[in-house]
Amino acid sequence: MFFSTVNTAFQWKREKNDKLIIKGGKIVNDDQSFYADIYIEDGTIKQIGENLIVPSGVKTVDAYGHIVIPGGIDVNTSLQAPHMGMSPADDFYHGTRAALAGGTTMIIDHVVPEPGASLLAAFDQWRDTADKRSCCDYSLHIDITRWHEGMFEELETLVKDHGVNSFLVYMAYKDKYQSSDSQMYEIFSILRDLGAIAQVHAENGDIIDEEQKKLLDLGITGPEGHVLSHSEEVETEAVYRAITIAKQANCPLYVTKVMSKPAADVVAKARKKGMVVYGEPITASLGTDGSHYWSKNWAKAAAFVMSPPLSPDPATPDYLNSMLSCGDLQVTASAHCTFSTAQKAVGKDNFTFIPEGTNGIEERMSIVWDKAVATGKMDENEFVAVTSTNAAKIFNLYPRKGRIAVGSDADLVIWNTKETKTFSAKSHNLTVEMNIFEGMECRGFPVVVISQGRIILEGEKLDVMEGSGRFVPRKAFPDYVYKRIKARSRMAEARGVPRGNYDGPVHDVISMTKSVPPTPTTRGPSCPGKTTAGPARNLHQSGFTLSGTQMDDHIPRRTAQRIVAPPGGRSNITSLS
Amino acid sequence: TSNERLLIKGGRVVNDDQSFYADVYVEDGVIKQVGENLVVPGGVRVVEAEGRMVIPGGIDTNTCLNKAYLDSPPVDDFYQGTKAALAGGTTMIIDHVTPQPGTSLLQVFEQWQEVADRKCCCDYSLHVDIPQWDEGVKDELEVLVQEKGINSFQVYMAYKDLFQMTDTQLYEAFSFLSNLGAVVLVHAENGDLIAQEQKKILEMGITGPEGHPLSRPEELEAEAVFRAITIGNRVNCPVYITRVMSKSAADTLTQARRKGCVVFGEPLTASLATDGSHYWNRNWAKAAACVTSPPLSPDPTTPQHLHTLLACGDLQVVGSGHCAYSTAQKAIGKDNFTLIPEGTNGLEERMGFVWDRAAALGKMDENQFVAVTSTNAAKIFNLYPRKGRIAVGSDADIVIWDPDRIKTITAKLQQSALEYNIFEGMECRGVPVLVVSQGRVVYEDDKLNVQQGTGRFIPRKPFPDHAYQRINTRNKVIGRQAVSRGVYDGPVYDVPSTPKYITPAPSAKTSPTTQQPPPIRNLHQSNFSLSGAQVDDNVPRRSGHRIIAPPGGRSNITSLG
Repeated sequence: MFFSTVNTAFQWKREKNDKLIIKGGKIVNDDQSFYADIYIEDGTIKQIGENLIVPSGVKTVDAYGHIVIPGGIDVNTSLQAPHMGMSPADDFYHGTRAALAGGTTMIIDHVVPEPGASLLAAFDQWRDTADKRSCCDYSLHIDITRWHEGMFEELETLVKDHGVNSFLVYMAYKDKYQSSDSQMYEIFSILRDLGAIAQVHAENGDIIDEEQKKLLDLGITGPEGHVLSHSEEVETEAVYRAITIAKQANCPLYVTKVMSKPAADVVAKARKKGMVVYGEPITASLGTDGSHYWSKNWAKAAAFVMSPPLSPDPATPDYLNSMLSCGDLQVTASAHCTFSTAQKAVGKDNFTFIPEGTNGIEERMSIVWDKAVATGKMDENEFVAVTSTNAAKIFNLYPRKGRIAVGSDADLVIWNTKETKTFSAKSHNLTVEMNIFEGMECRGFPVVVISQGRIILEGEKLDVMEGSGRFVPRKAFPDYVYKRIKARSRMAEARGVPRGNYDGPVHDVISMTKSVPPTPTTRGPSCPGKTTAGPARNLHQSGFTLSGTQMDDHIPRRTAQRIVAPPGGRSNITSLS
Repeated sequence: TSNERLLIKGGRVVNDDQSFYADVYVEDGVIKQVGENLVVPGGVRVVEAEGRMVIPGGIDTNTCLNKAYLDSPPVDDFYQGTKAALAGGTTMIIDHVTPQPGTSLLQVFEQWQEVADRKCCCDYSLHVDIPQWDEGVKDELEVLVQEKGINSFQVYMAYKDLFQMTDTQLYEAFSFLSNLGAVVLVHAENGDLIAQEQKKILEMGITGPEGHPLSRPEELEAEAVFRAITIGNRVNCPVYITRVMSKSAADTLTQARRKGCVVFGEPLTASLATDGSHYWNRNWAKAAACVTSPPLSPDPTTPQHLHTLLACGDLQVVGSGHCAYSTAQKAIGKDNFTLIPEGTNGLEERMGFVWDRAAALGKMDENQFVAVTSTNAAKIFNLYPRKGRIAVGSDADIVIWDPDRIKTITAKLQQSALEYNIFEGMECRGVPVLVVSQGRVVYEDDKLNVQQGTGRFIPRKPFPDHAYQRINTRNKVIGRQAVSRGVYDGPVYDVPSTPKYITPAPSAKTSPTTQQPPPIRNLHQSNFSLSGAQVDDNVPRRSGHRIIAPPGGRSNITSLG
């Protein structure tokens, strides 16, 4: 026997669940499937193989006929973020409980600080609540709700000392959370230097704001106004813009909540051009569509209100599942954020006041299995990839999470692939009275869920422990994302052309000019400590600061320099012929 | 006065739809007869076309002949510029009026008109650029459209803190202009990102003209094109992208047209004939001569690609973007590329290069050549069929085109006053041999015979059919209707009366006249102002209403089961 018995007392306290052997299942990772038993001790996978030698008295879990997969990772939840002073109906306890019931053993929740408030303070507040309430391991994204220069230090502290490597930027919610293109560029540049991942909520807030006004003027106040004012085009446009900005800043980009076909297409196309960009469809966009906004039942219509909205195009779920299957989209999340009908009814006379968010944390994995795997779009390995492994890789949790391997955390799910389960508000593990997947019958559901080496779900029995979830810190510069970014940073050095000084005539600008030249604006000293170029002719500044060449420098160029010299280039400056 | 009556004999008339052999008889500046064996008065001057093409004079939709940079005017003014136009077969220009922020559009427009009336040698019209969006501009726009004959206005997505508009402003401007029946021209580049990149590149010590394309990569152009089209489509407003300079921008536009957006694209002489490799030229003056925005793409396959799209109709109009600054003027930016005045030549070379690179290679036929150099522009900007067509009643702006003659472009022989031509040394197949403007022969045997001030201002009416027929129909069809529901009478969460969080209410700053819904519950306001339905209104819907009622909809509101 090679494992120690140092912590015996501790183990006794945590019952026999601490040692487990899962027998007879087919282990499915993102790269391969194989039959083997798994031995778990101290919340970690200790052995994988056949005929394992294990201590006596170990509990055996029978997985015959089922597959054993890494526990799901839901990278987009909002279990704490308030809306207009209202807390979500499902908090960290109810939310993680539902997550576990659905086969998800880790969540990454969004910290949403009030605009102008300290990110660190909000982060501490979130950690405090989650440590007390969460039933499964968790990590945190931080949303940048209002950008200012002083935030840099907080970001640096969060990345370096607090294990946060992903930050979300809003392109919507005008006058509240929305960032301008300039701000996004600045944020993205900083995040790249810190080795973090930029997430975007991609919708054009300016257009939405105008459309909302227009619709309210037309007298459209119901939930259908929400989808009418948040059209797919507005989402698509923002995705396109976010990708352009990320490309300029050479920053990896993660598009949260891909809700429509054209938005998904833009992500896919950008990937084909080599962009480091990831797309995250969510349970709702994979499982249902936006036709319900026109439901005559106000409460039902309002339950679907979220941003970006579900697409009214009924072919959307099918399409997104296909994109997920072929790797064009990478991660599934739930964007779980629930409000009770009474809370939603705050916007009963004005759709812009309806708190946004739908359920999906519990249904996520089953819906992907039913819509993609059971239909033959996706294989079981790809299923594992999009429900856990890819997320773990992108957010630097791999291989601790997202893989069944010796040394990985014992977050495992035994998955029944044959039978079906029906979703309903009557039977779900949430506190809200509506379920947007009401009546949906899904093939594939968890029969056993193991979190931190403990059996949480077995059959129908859910046995969670409030506050047992640990905060999982995430290091900066995830390899999966940053290898390419780093290589590109090295390549992308632009170089000046070594030229002699221009010594021809210069038009005399009248010193008292009324008009302003289109110079780069000096608003917002984005890079403190660096000098910006003077507005007009600065004769002290030469063109040669970078390449080091001089006027009469006719020696051939070194190959290391990437100077593009097109045909016709001559070093004589003033003659034009 | 013999020039007043003119018979063009023995040519092949080429319009955008067909070609046929016919003689053309011109009197009083108008085409009076088209056909064979015409009966014409004696003493008429006869021009032998000798089987060559007789085409409608070109229309250049994008020139800047009066746009000063730091108070110094371009070297090609309306006289010099229209001379170059005529020598290249272009008989009408539409120039950009470019007011500075804070000035009156009307005043600047009138000033432009006054200068052009004095100097122009060919007919002209004017686009007006909107330097900034505010309430005051609206009245002036209305006057310009309804009284001054302007139906096209340019907005800027670049030039941060100078001309650039936010998306909100673009949305408002597009809405307002589409109600007036105008065509919105867009300078499409993301100004925010350009400003950031310029800062970065100057900090790296790159101050030469190569910094210009480096700070304006084509992604920023394509992004802005995408955004402009999105806004145009939301507002249902026709969008005309000026200066399509890159493949990706052109492709974005093409895809939008596939989806049914009413959008037009205008590549320039420069983007059709040369590429951005010259920015890296060791000769500063040559590199600076190419500085224009959006910049020429460094991708050498760009001109070919743009020609292909023109040929298949995905791009519609060829402009020149002619805006000529001398080398001394360009040298204002010799130590900082952001100060180099922007603009290249292209007015004289425009038609020749389209022929040489597209028609002569078999990419495009002669009819499409006429369409992209003249007819499409006339249709989009409501000049058709007065301009852009050889037909009885149309203006006698006619060009006899020799498709085989080869000309070498050089600054020495050009009409433009520039000392450097960005197409220097290029050979170009296809030249005008004779140009008729307003019924007068103004160019013949390589010689110009023009008179300053003969050009007339051509007013253009709003709602051009070519752009607005579809828009008008869509406005009628796309009625948005509220769902008629009963009043929600279930429990409502009590929001703390002084919420710390700002509600995402539509801000009231922009539409003062419209009634704003008060925040939170207003029990006096019902859902039914539009459809006229009532709580108990259970009559079946009229088919005219486009209400989408998905399965599961019930009129019972509160029950959740």
